[in-house]
Amino acid sequence: MAETIKLTVARYRPEEQSEPTFQSYDVPYNKDWVLLDALNHVKNEIDGSLTFRWSCRMGVCGSCGMMVNGVPKLTCAVPLTDYRPSEPVRIEPLQFFPVIRDLVVDITSFLGKLSSVKPWIIRDDVEATEVAEYRQSPAELDDYKQFSMCINCMLCYSACPVVGLESEFAGPAAIALAQRYNLDSRDAGAEERQDVLNEHEGMWGCTFVGECTKVCPKNVDPAGAIQLYKMATAQDWMKSMLLPWGAK
Amino acid sequence: MSNPSQAPTVDLKLYRRPMPFGWWLENGAYFRFIARELTCIFVGLFTVLTLELVQAVGRGPAPYAAFMARLEGSAYIAFSLLAFAAVLYHAVTWFNLVPTTVVVRLGGERVPDGLIAAAHFAAWAVASLVVAFIVLRG
Ligand code: SF4
Ligand code: FES
Repeated sequence: MAETIKLTVARYRPEEQSEPTFQSYDVPYNKDWVLLDALNHVKNEIDGSLTFRWSCRMGVCGSCGMMVNGVPKLTCAVPLTDYRPSEPVRIEPLQFFPVIRDLVVDITSFLGKLSSVKPWIIRDDVEATEVAEYRQSPAELDDYKQFSMCINCMLCYSACPVVGLESEFAGPAAIALAQRYNLDSRDAGAEERQDVLNEHEGMWGCTFVGECTKVCPKNVDPAGAIQLYKMATAQDWMKSMLLPWGAK
Repeated sequence: MSNPSQAPTVDLKLYRRPMPFGWWLENGAYFRFIARELTCIFVGLFTVLTLELVQAVGRGPAPYAAFMARLEGSAYIAFSLLAFAAVLYHAVTWFNLVPTTVVVRLGGERVPDGLIAAAHFAAWAVASLVVAFIVLRG
């Protein structure tokens, strides 16, 4: 018989259970598969009721994030061969999010946090886009490009214990996204965003565990974004304290 | 067609896993984080000790000698060893995090993280040597 690997998958069917349980499935240990392929094999061939999200299968849409052996991962980006067939692979929904069903989590609060930081270009002189041209040099683009690569996969939220402890904490991706706009030479909204983020629920909630950066599949480095934000804010505050004419 | 501005509502029975009390024991990275945070207690205690030393020096030779004699007690030596280990852990973990907090650009290129951390460790080594030189010379 061809080699198989056991997936131990968290199941939560709200109509019949009050807490998740685990269910095991044996799937072929196919060397060409990623974990998501193995889950789709379960869904197509073994148990059609298993529920999970996915779309692009190429690490772009950000919807296939799950806890794999306790670590948040994009399941479409993890080769099955990263795991040994002798040990079961534990698959759970992204932690620190409410679970809707099986591996599907409720992302409402995350979406609210993203939009709370005003992730769009803010400036007073917005002309009609057909006539206006806002130039930017490659160096200016470099200042924020890294922070613009986020695919909203929420792995960083699942890696962050502060998210688990304080549900109001804006969280890594939202703060990195704010930085993406703050550092954009075309934007003038840093002060407006400051109102949201210069708060305990904003950047100061971060205790610099640093795990968000480690799990990010797009090298966004949210931990770096938050620390840079803290540094800039602290510097502004020092200036406004020491210099009577303020930081502006 | 229903009103598009109204999202369909579904009654969801969400499962929220409570944060376990021992969350920081479940994950090695969380444990190292908590350890780093706790070592700051020793950093604080050692600072207090140093301030006491300065105070003793200010009071004159006799209080200074008494303070130094106190430091030679075994409890103080044990504390010093423990504090030294804690402060070392604290310093190393924070220096390793420095590259995340500072972005240095040289000639348009971002200075690699390893180099920034290495520069901090080097500065630390130089400072320690200078202090060792001053202390041991006397
Ligand atoms: S910052 Fe990285 S881990 Fe967080 S949502 Fe964006 S891509 Fe995902
Ligand atoms: S399915 Fe789109 S990122 Fe994995």
